[in-house]
Amino acid sequence: MTSHLLLLMLFAVLVSSVFAALTRDEPRAQLRSGAMMFGGFVAAAIVLSWLMYPLPL
Amino acid sequence: MATKSTTAERARPASEPSTLVLVCLAAWAIPGAGHFWLGRVQKGLVFFVALMTMFISGLLLKGRLFPFELGEVLVALAAFANFGLGLPWLVARMLDLGQGTVTAVTWEYGNCFLIVAGLLNFLVILDAFDIATGRK
Repeated sequence: MTSHLLLLMLFAVLVSSVFAALTRDEPRAQLRSGAMMFGGFVAAAIVLSWLMYPLPL
Repeated sequence: MATKSTTAERARPASEPSTLVLVCLAAWAIPGAGHFWLGRVQKGLVFFVALMTMFISGLLLKGRLFPFELGEVLVALAAFANFGLGLPWLVARMLDLGQGTVTAVTWEYGNCFLIVAGLLNFLVILDAFDIATGRK
C-alpha cells in the first residue's frame, strides 16, 4: 500500500484509538473521543498539506 | 469546619513495589499486558491490537529498527523509541527484520509507524503504573 492518504488514515486511526483508550474509561466516551481525534488528525493533515502546496521544494 | 486532605485520605498504592515492577515489565514486553494484569481487559485489548498493528505495518512498510549508535544522537533516540515495544521488537531484531529499505517509497512511513508504536507503548506503561499505584 503506497497511498499517502490511506497510510495517513491508518496511522491516525491507530494513534487516536490508543489515545482515546488512555484518556477515557467508558467505551462510549472512548469511541467519541477517538472519532474526534481521528477527524482532527485527518483534517489537520489535509489543511497543512494544502498550506504547504505553494511552497517550493 | 473546612477539612484538609491528609495522606491517609489519598489513594493508597494498590500494589507492592515488586508487583509494580512486574506490571511495568509485562506492559513493556507485550503491549496491553499490564492492563490485562490489572483487570482492564478492554483497554489492554485496544493497546495490543493497535500497537501490534502499527509495529507490523511499520515492518511491512520497509521501516527500519534502528541500532543503538550513541555516536549518532538521532539514531540512538529512534532506537530507544523502537525499544519501547518490548518483545515484538526483540523478536524482530533476532529474526533480522526491520533492516529497512531506504529507497522504498514507504520508508519514512515505516519508520514513523515503528517509532510511534514504541513511544505510545511507553505511555501505556505509565498508564499501567498509574493504575497499579491507585492514581487512576
